[in-house]
Amino acid sequence: MPEEYRLKKIDDYRWEIPKSEGMRVPGLLYTDEKMLKVLETDRTPLQVKNVAYLPGIVNYSLAMPDMHWGYGFPIGGVAATDPEEGGVISPGGIGYDINCGVRLLRTNLTLPDIKDRLHNLLAGLFSNIPCGVGSTSSLRLSSRELKTVLRDGAKWAVKRSYGQEDDLERTEDYGAMPGADPEKVSQKALKRGTNQLGTLGSGNHFLEIDLVEKIYLPEIAEVFGLEEGQIAVAIHSGSRGLGYQVCDDYLAVMRQAIEKYKISLPDRQLSCAPLSSPEGQDYFAAMASAANFAWTNRQVMTHWTREVIQRVLGISPKALGMRLVYDVCHNIGKFELHSWDGKKKRLLVHRKGATRAFPAHHPQVPGVYREVGQPVLVPGDMGTNSYVMVGTKLAMEQTWGSTCHGAGRVMSRSKAKKAARGRALEKELEERGILVMAKGWATVAEEMPEAYKDVNEVVRIVEKAGLSRKVAKLRPLGVIKG
Amino acid sequence: MRGYEFINHTADLGIRVSGPSLEELFENAAWAMFDLIVDLDTVEVRDEATIRIRGGEREELLADWLRDLLYRYNGHEYLLKEFRIEKISPRGLKARVRGEKLDMSRHSLKREIKAVTYHDLEIRKLNREWQAQIIFDI
Repeated sequence: MPEEYRLKKIDDYRWEIPKSEGMRVPGLLYTDEKMLKVLETDRTPLQVKNVAYLPGIVNYSLAMPDMHWGYGFPIGGVAATDPEEGGVISPGGIGYDINCGVRLLRTNLTLPDIKDRLHNLLAGLFSNIPCGVGSTSSLRLSSRELKTVLRDGAKWAVKRSYGQEDDLERTEDYGAMPGADPEKVSQKALKRGTNQLGTLGSGNHFLEIDLVEKIYLPEIAEVFGLEEGQIAVAIHSGSRGLGYQVCDDYLAVMRQAIEKYKISLPDRQLSCAPLSSPEGQDYFAAMASAANFAWTNRQVMTHWTREVIQRVLGISPKALGMRLVYDVCHNIGKFELHSWDGKKKRLLVHRKGATRAFPAHHPQVPGVYREVGQPVLVPGDMGTNSYVMVGTKLAMEQTWGSTCHGAGRVMSRSKAKKAARGRALEKELEERGILVMAKGWATVAEEMPEAYKDVNEVVRIVEKAGLSRKVAKLRPLGVIKG
Repeated sequence: MRGYEFINHTADLGIRVSGPSLEELFENAAWAMFDLIVDLDTVEVRDEATIRIRGGEREELLADWLRDLLYRYNGHEYLLKEFRIEKISPRGLKARVRGEKLDMSRHSLKREIKAVTYHDLEIRKLNREWQAQIIFDI
């Protein structure tokens, strides 16, 4: 197994891993000199190289500026495959938490409206939105109903009054990915889905009350419904146990498939099957079902969040004005039309810890944002900022319309825990004006700010490289975590 | 020896386990996984199950063994703390495992393990000791 890679600087924000034996395309890392030094100490570049072995991969194995060491794909990895050239689909290139994603809700509230009630708001959210390990939802779905969720996605929630019609327009793929087939989801996965719809989960998932601290592009911010001094809410969660099980089930299928289709790979976690094969098509249909579950999950939590805030503040839905800005997924594989080889081609784009970032006038950007481009949500760690960005034409040309998805870890969880030992993280964060409520404080330690790259730096590189533009900067006021 | 150590991995959680025989290596890996999930002192032995896993190569057998056990928790809410491999061969393994059903009022859960990954999964024999490295997605 070849272990080495070479790095060739292209410009200040791009490094190439030239094609070597086994690689079908070169690798391309979006980073800067300083961050690259950190990346070279782990195995992120090697993982970028390994992805380049996938059959049918086109142009480059890409890594976004928040890239870090994952398993199989790096986190921040993007790869497009061409179904007409034997292109494959790899569950490891999408991840266990299928359609892990973020949504941002704007409100009519400003800081003075909630300043004295922040504790109550957070406590209300904390007790009404199930979070933490082992937590289950008050919603129980019959197997028939669960399958409807898997097929219809967030539409199911809106139909059941867990949301409003315009939530769907502001959700990637309108909250329902085409091609979902619940019959391709195993009984094991379905079982795990029956009591987890409307649960936040644990680990890096969160629900956050934010303050819009700074606006960079006022005209675009206005279209997004954002202004300085405003209160917003961000929800980061995914497809829960159902999605993990879909990935796990199909990785086992792919283990057999690589032998059947004689695919040679440097890492078992990259196991895959041709898009044209039954294995590949079944996985896609199951993956799309799990993605629909995730959108419905975030939609249900959105509804409960609206209810809690209205109740705690004693205001009407209209006064609250809590409208969805956007909902993006950052662990997904999607068929999209891209310019490639002088033609428009239908490619399967894997985004593993990367966000779609389509520019203005792209037909898949919803009508309300068509003139300005798709909102991109980039959450930071719980102690610093989050960003709202907007897609660019350059990203469309260079990265299949993809950008970063967050800050990216720099510290392992065990290291973070050690660093947090003896410290009162809760207090430290409170002193910085951030109230945290968590089910497991071990999670807070693992997720502490120093465990992440500085999101401000990541976003700076993203903008310098031209992959998206900053629209607004948010600051957390209150966070609930599992 | 029931210990395991953490290996440095940025995104997820990696451990290194060992055992004087392949059987004990598998037992120790299972114990380590549940030790990551729950405070095992709070778990009692009330139920027993027999598990059969069909084999492939050693690494895949280890992954399948851990995946099976993880689903017993994630899918059926069983916390396990005692593991005995009765037989292990290239054709698969047979084991008896013991534990009890999850009870949130007594059990102290530590973290969610999403999955057992195949990334860098490796079993080696060093002198007279078997070692394995496993990375979990958490």
